[in-house]
Amino acid sequence: MSAILFLIPAALALGFVALLAFVWATKSGQYDDLDGAANRVLFDDDEAPKDPPQKNKK
Amino acid sequence: MNKPTHIKPADKEASTSQKALWGFAAPDHYIFHDSQGDDVLHLMVGGMKCAGCMRNIEGSLAGFDELKEARVNLSTQRLILRWKRDSFDPVLAINAVIEKGFQLAPFDPEALSSEAKAENKTLLIAMAVAGFATANVMMLSVAVWAGGSSMSHETRALFHWLSALIALPTIMFSGRVFFRSGLNAIMAGRLNMDVPISLAVILASGMSLYETSTGGDHAYFDAAVSLLFFLLIGRYLDHQARTKARSQGEHLLALQAMSATVIGENGEQQTMPLHLITPGMVVLVAVGEKIPVDGMVVDGASEVDNALVTGESQPIFVEKDSFVYAGTLNLLKPLRIEVKAVGEETLLGEIARLMEAAEQGRGVFVRIADRVAGLYAPVVHTLGLLTFLGWWLVMGVVWQEALLYATAVLIITCPCALALAVPVVQVVASGRLMRGGILLKSADALERARNIDLVVFDKTGTLTLGRLKPLFKANEVDDAALHLASGMAANSVHPLAKALHATSPYSPVIDNVEEIAGKGLLAVVGGAEVRLGSAKWCGVAQTSDDSGAEIWLKRGDKLLERFSFSDTIRSDAKQVVEGLQAQGIKVALLSGDRKHAVESVAGDVGIADYYFDMLPQDKVAWIEDKKQDGAKVLMVGDGLNDAPALTAATASLSPVTAADISLVTADMVFQRQSLNAVLEVLEVAKRSNGLVWQNFGLAFTYNIIAIPLAVVGFATPLVAAIAMSTSSILVILNALRLKVGRELA
Repeated sequence: MSAILFLIPAALALGFVALLAFVWATKSGQYDDLDGAANRVLFDDDEAPKDPPQKNKK
Repeated sequence: MNKPTHIKPADKEASTSQKALWGFAAPDHYIFHDSQGDDVLHLMVGGMKCAGCMRNIEGSLAGFDELKEARVNLSTQRLILRWKRDSFDPVLAINAVIEKGFQLAPFDPEALSSEAKAENKTLLIAMAVAGFATANVMMLSVAVWAGGSSMSHETRALFHWLSALIALPTIMFSGRVFFRSGLNAIMAGRLNMDVPISLAVILASGMSLYETSTGGDHAYFDAAVSLLFFLLIGRYLDHQARTKARSQGEHLLALQAMSATVIGENGEQQTMPLHLITPGMVVLVAVGEKIPVDGMVVDGASEVDNALVTGESQPIFVEKDSFVYAGTLNLLKPLRIEVKAVGEETLLGEIARLMEAAEQGRGVFVRIADRVAGLYAPVVHTLGLLTFLGWWLVMGVVWQEALLYATAVLIITCPCALALAVPVVQVVASGRLMRGGILLKSADALERARNIDLVVFDKTGTLTLGRLKPLFKANEVDDAALHLASGMAANSVHPLAKALHATSPYSPVIDNVEEIAGKGLLAVVGGAEVRLGSAKWCGVAQTSDDSGAEIWLKRGDKLLERFSFSDTIRSDAKQVVEGLQAQGIKVALLSGDRKHAVESVAGDVGIADYYFDMLPQDKVAWIEDKKQDGAKVLMVGDGLNDAPALTAATASLSPVTAADISLVTADMVFQRQSLNAVLEVLEVAKRSNGLVWQNFGLAFTYNIIAIPLAVVGFATPLVAAIAMSTSSILVILNALRLKVGRELA
């Protein structure tokens, strides 16, 4: 019985972390171009395109 | 041309020569400053389709060290450039991309659907929060259901309190979408789908909180949050489909002519958005550009392609003091045009007035989902109220318990599957059409196109490609004459000359050819003057009034040859017309062109019902007339003269080569050469409409089974949860069937 006192907060915390990650991803524009992301994996070189530096994000 | 990637802004000379490519000076009106001291420019990109294109564009910009950000977005077909303020001339980057063969147009991101985009994000996050809450509350609820009577009261109370802790903030956050819209509806004295939704969610959480605090058996927190989750999925998909449809329209429009090159008093050129242009300004229109305004030619002589405006297939000669209309195409030489009219007074204004009239005649189309909601909401509310009163007054239970049963009715009847029925089908259908190169511009287009029984075609640019094809065979004309003519024609961009050159592309090009606008080409070959041009200029008496597209070749005094051309009919036009007729759909042809041209095209594609010399208002009147008789009309057209008819028709389709205003007006736009987009649209519309009704059927069947259970009080939270999820999943699976099935090539 005492297990749930530990397991429930753990489960909630894990779910909450995932939620925060999703909100962060949405806000930083990672869901803005799903078609583009699907195609970018096909680029075969390491020469990265000019990305917005994260600290410059609005 | 040297590689633009190596040009640094310091290299002024190179930069000015490069400017010519774009035809614009700096796009100052579109650059905006952000809070970090950077300049940002948003550009629409035309012709970007795949990873290769993305690589190509971003690669061509990689050499500019000044650019902090240069990233394309494939979904929205846009390119964002960011650089430190005043350290960079964006025209350099723009030209580098244009050189790779992409069209670019600057746009103002503020003006374009930034509101819709923000709303999109709000919905997405609301959906994520609801999803998180659903998963966790379900975890606790399943434990309660599984525990049953062996679970101690204290544990159940703990689980209920935990559920409340998760559910209540979620409902306050994610539920706002529905509460706000429901409240607006009530304030306006209406009922929409959001009213029963809000009521059910609020009542369910309120009742559950009361139950929890009094140590009751049933809490509906899981139902309330999962309801929100499913509804938000539907809402998000619906919103996504609408914004996508709208941004497609904006994109097409922006790539046409949203700006004009204005010549200032000192001769400097400046790019301006069209809405800043006033009469009296002088604009420069390069060869191959669309004329952006109605106006008078002040300098230059050229030929203008009126096909999009009047449907005429022949270009018209213009010189100083000729009047030109917005939307026509400049073919030969650059023109300077004094802007004469803006807004209401232009031909465009005239067309807009006609369209307004047609719009009013069309009546308001009520979407199926709204019609269903209009019937549904009162029924649900009455049922809930009757359940409450029945239990309270007739059965004599305490009001709290009666309210619990009434809440169960509201939750169970709450239109989860109903809310998903239309959007899921819409998303699947528009995805399928998009793969076939057809863009849905209005969200209800497929609904309106579902029972079309009359398809009306325009001629030039719709049944035909608006491109000339020779009427002679290469072996029917004199070889030497053809070589001579083709060699001369190679020097011109006139459509007739281009078509002639294309029939014999390997003929040696003849130098020193002079082009005389409105007449033809002049050269001296072997000491004799050679003329290639109109019959009149070559001294031929007009043979007949519909001789139309022809060029004569004359050397010295001797007429050598006549080359005649006609517009190319789309290769599958005949099959499409036959296909429509085979389905029992009537087909008609309405054209602004002359009798002879219309007759021959109608004969070729097999349309018996054709009309010529139709003015825009004639087309509208004809369609209105048919609609009066109960016909559901699909208008397929591309010209400015078709725009009012596109509005008047039940649904409308345009090729992507259409005039701006037609692109904006049309419900759907097809991007391929083949005309069988018409068949595909009708087929997908018919099938998706069938699926929508099947989905409603599923949702109602579920309700018919579940409502009696809820009314008599058997609907435990477990029953509600199972019923709600299965019906939603069934609806989604049913919609996905549209993906399977024959796709027309």
